[in-house]
Amino acid sequence: MSEKKPTPESVAQIEFTPSKQGWEDPKTEFKKGTFNWAAIQKSQEYLDLPNPRKWQTTDEDWKLPDNWKQIIFDGLRDRLDRFRSLKLFMDVCVRCGACADKCHFFIGSGDPKNMPVLRAELLRSIYRKEYTLAGKIMGKMAGGRELTVDVIKEWFYYFYQCTECRRCSVFCPYGIDTAEITMIVRELLQLLGLGIDWITTPAANCFRTGNHLGIQPHGFQDSVDFAVDDLQDITGIKVDAPVNKKGAEVLFVVPSADYFGDPHYFGFLGYLALFHEIGLDYTLSAFASEGGNFGLFHSNEMMKRLNSKIYMEAKRLGVKWILGAECGHMWRVLHQYMDTMNGPADFLEVPKSPITGTVFDYAKSTKMVHICEFTADLIKNNKLKLDKSRNNQWNVTFHDSCNPARAMGLLDEPRYVIDNVVNKFHEMPENTIREQTFCCGSGSGIGTDENFEMRMRGGLPRANAVKHVHEKHGVNVLSCICAIDKATLPPLLEFWVPGVEVCGIHELVGNALVMKGEKEDRTDMRNEPFITEESKKDE
Amino acid sequence: MKLFISLILVLILIGIPLIGSNVSGLVYLFGVIIPYIAILTFVIGMSVRVLKWAKIPVPFKITTTCGQQKSLPWINNNNLESPHNTAGVFWRMALEVLFFRSLFRNTRTGLKEGPKIVYGPDKILWAASLAFHWSFLVIFIRHFKIFLQEVPQFIPLLESLDGFMQIGLPILFMTDAALLLGLTVLFLRRIVDPKLRYISLVADYFPLLLIIGIALTGVWMRYFGKVDIISVKQFTLGLFSFQPIIPDGISAIFFAHLFLVSALLIYFPLSKLVHFGGIFLSPTRNMSNNNREVRHINPWNPKVKLHTYEEWEDEFRDVMKAADMPLEKE
Amino acid sequence: MSDKRNIIIGVIIFILLMTIPIWLNLATGTSTERPELEKPKGDACVMDKEYMTSYHMDLLNEWREEVVRNGEREHIAPDGKKYDRSLTNTCLDCHPSKEKFCDQCHNYLGVKPYCWSCHIVPEEFK
Repeated sequence: MSEKKPTPESVAQIEFTPSKQGWEDPKTEFKKGTFNWAAIQKSQEYLDLPNPRKWQTTDEDWKLPDNWKQIIFDGLRDRLDRFRSLKLFMDVCVRCGACADKCHFFIGSGDPKNMPVLRAELLRSIYRKEYTLAGKIMGKMAGGRELTVDVIKEWFYYFYQCTECRRCSVFCPYGIDTAEITMIVRELLQLLGLGIDWITTPAANCFRTGNHLGIQPHGFQDSVDFAVDDLQDITGIKVDAPVNKKGAEVLFVVPSADYFGDPHYFGFLGYLALFHEIGLDYTLSAFASEGGNFGLFHSNEMMKRLNSKIYMEAKRLGVKWILGAECGHMWRVLHQYMDTMNGPADFLEVPKSPITGTVFDYAKSTKMVHICEFTADLIKNNKLKLDKSRNNQWNVTFHDSCNPARAMGLLDEPRYVIDNVVNKFHEMPENTIREQTFCCGSGSGIGTDENFEMRMRGGLPRANAVKHVHEKHGVNVLSCICAIDKATLPPLLEFWVPGVEVCGIHELVGNALVMKGEKEDRTDMRNEPFITEESKKDE
Repeated sequence: MKLFISLILVLILIGIPLIGSNVSGLVYLFGVIIPYIAILTFVIGMSVRVLKWAKIPVPFKITTTCGQQKSLPWINNNNLESPHNTAGVFWRMALEVLFFRSLFRNTRTGLKEGPKIVYGPDKILWAASLAFHWSFLVIFIRHFKIFLQEVPQFIPLLESLDGFMQIGLPILFMTDAALLLGLTVLFLRRIVDPKLRYISLVADYFPLLLIIGIALTGVWMRYFGKVDIISVKQFTLGLFSFQPIIPDGISAIFFAHLFLVSALLIYFPLSKLVHFGGIFLSPTRNMSNNNREVRHINPWNPKVKLHTYEEWEDEFRDVMKAADMPLEKE
Repeated sequence: MSDKRNIIIGVIIFILLMTIPIWLNLATGTSTERPELEKPKGDACVMDKEYMTSYHMDLLNEWREEVVRNGEREHIAPDGKKYDRSLTNTCLDCHPSKEKFCDQCHNYLGVKPYCWSCHIVPEEFK
């Protein structure tokens, strides 16, 4: 292709000062590389979504249904009556601007409509015009805008340019959460059949087969068998990785990328090695083979539909409790939504580690424990033999994934695990980690190739912080606990900070884990030999 | 433009009573009718607003966690930033409402060659907001000396604290200065920062200018063009005991002050100023992060179309059988 | 839901706090009468009555400055009459009672002037 690819130099031309022109004009330029393709009709139909049709983002005419305006107004009214968050967030913003430069998309693009306050104003201006006294009387002067087709296109562009990372909500004096607004506007757009394909099609796949790529059960079984073989090559040990095993103690749910994505897969090997070593009685499920939930990016109803499989399967298999793997938005759903949507899980027991006896009573209702919590507990109780030097090839930093950080508060567990499995670790600057962590720029279903430039822009603050520790401390791997991170950070880092890899924490655990009966020349999860004192001398 | 409109609106609001209160017969309108309407609008309007919010369900527990969750017993839970119980939520909210905790976190993002993104602390917004809001509260409480027949004991105490620098006579109240300083900073940053100017609406400039107007007329009456404060108190006592009277000798500037306050009270429940009540209800702040411990109930939890295991196995039975996977039905 | 109960309690507290002047006034009873001041003994003041009502503190402050810092003791009234700039000797001559004169308005408004941290209260002197 002769097209010019964006380069770091071209993308880095960012201007934070908005133009003199106001923002009220909704006309939006769909610049190549900054938007996503429309959902295909087949997937919309499979999920029984409203107004399925063939259309494309680049089309001039989006073939909206005739009564599109009424659909939006009714949909908005309905949601204002169902979500206190929405109504409150529409009413209380004072536009203090504290959020303005907190959004990774604003920092990376300088586009003023990416300031969280203005992103919300895109909806709020319509809300004011239609639902508030001042807006009805004074219209434009009260900051109201007319709902037009251009506004719909503007919404589509900017609400699929928010990764629902909630960083702005940390800084907002009223806790206004743009993720919440984005989720609701996306629901409104879905009412008109306006979805993006990288959300709707994975959702349809998850709904049908259980995972987002549409891999059928035997394919899933193959992947797991393949992993068992790979792990045997690496360690010399043949582990057992049961699928759909009734009566197991624990159901283990992973994001589907874990068994076919790279570098997710190395972490998956780490889980298998760990569970073998501690003798955990667990099972995977081919039916609930996706913890990640593309419904979260679609609508609360879709989230519920996809999430329901986990409890259904736990019940069918008769497990006692559920263990969840590393994944960001999956854990937002598991922590903040699952129990409410598909609970109560009264057929399960309060999670208890069969190895250490620790009762996870903070999860006594949802009955689901995060793998980092589980592993941290194992390490604390000295149940693992770990050799940190087996990770000596890595100089590690840790990226807090948005959802575990800001929708869960899982901050110190992963750090404790890392601390016990690696020798070299350096934190990124404090404004870019923990609750202030920056998004990978590709979350919430917008990690597509067609959206490449915008992803590089959105990921700039994260990559920049990695670059800082890369240059200062020689960090060469960015560890994280999110499947989307593992998929989208490698191209991001290649773009901004070549020379830094991405890994999951349980890949590092798998490396450091000394297994009983492992072969002498065992390698790390990537099947690379460990760097030992001798191998150093050889060099 | 938006700034200009707001300024004109406030000037008109000052002008109306300055002229109107001199017209005989209209004094009663400015002194009695409008203030009563304003107080009613404010109290009822705000209550209705809050109750309307209260009526709307909170379907999900969507706490924004700004600190370590409560998990394993040996990991320190940050109960202020990620509260797991009511006490934690109470203190988190107290910090938020009383000291603007979240604004205190504010940073400024800058872009240097490279590109290198830099972050610096930015406490100006926090300091100005805190100065403004607290001063406003103290000044409001100080006004109780003219609202109440018997001046409560704590008011002279409050005043002596507020004026403990003993600058000038009447002694300068620090809150008067802090209020105006805070407002000025909040106003200037909307003009000076291009991002802020870009997002500011009439609804942002107007209340700032309105409150500046209230503050300036108040300051004028205390320090410069003094009014007959005894008559003013007679008037306010009448107002607050439903025996409205308008004694002679109250100057027009007082009616300007009163009219602007009335305008603010009426504007309050119709505008972004409802954040005064809204801050208490924000679902990302006022709920505890104990989602996995206590189930949250969604009153409208929707019935959705599910894909059951049986349907799934029916579709894939053959391939599963071929792969030797366990089945419910052979 | 406990949430709604809390909000309603909050709203009630808000209404009570915002209307508290009304309740307190109803409880204590109010009078819209002006505080009554003791009739002064002399027939003219150093300035006219309207000025004195609102600005006496400015005048007293000015007197203090002039006397203590500059030693200027002479005040010339608008009608040309000369007075000694003195609280005790001039003001209190006509208004001998702090309680029946000064305190009337000051208590009414909760004002605590600091004149009496140096000057002797006339009633106590007797």
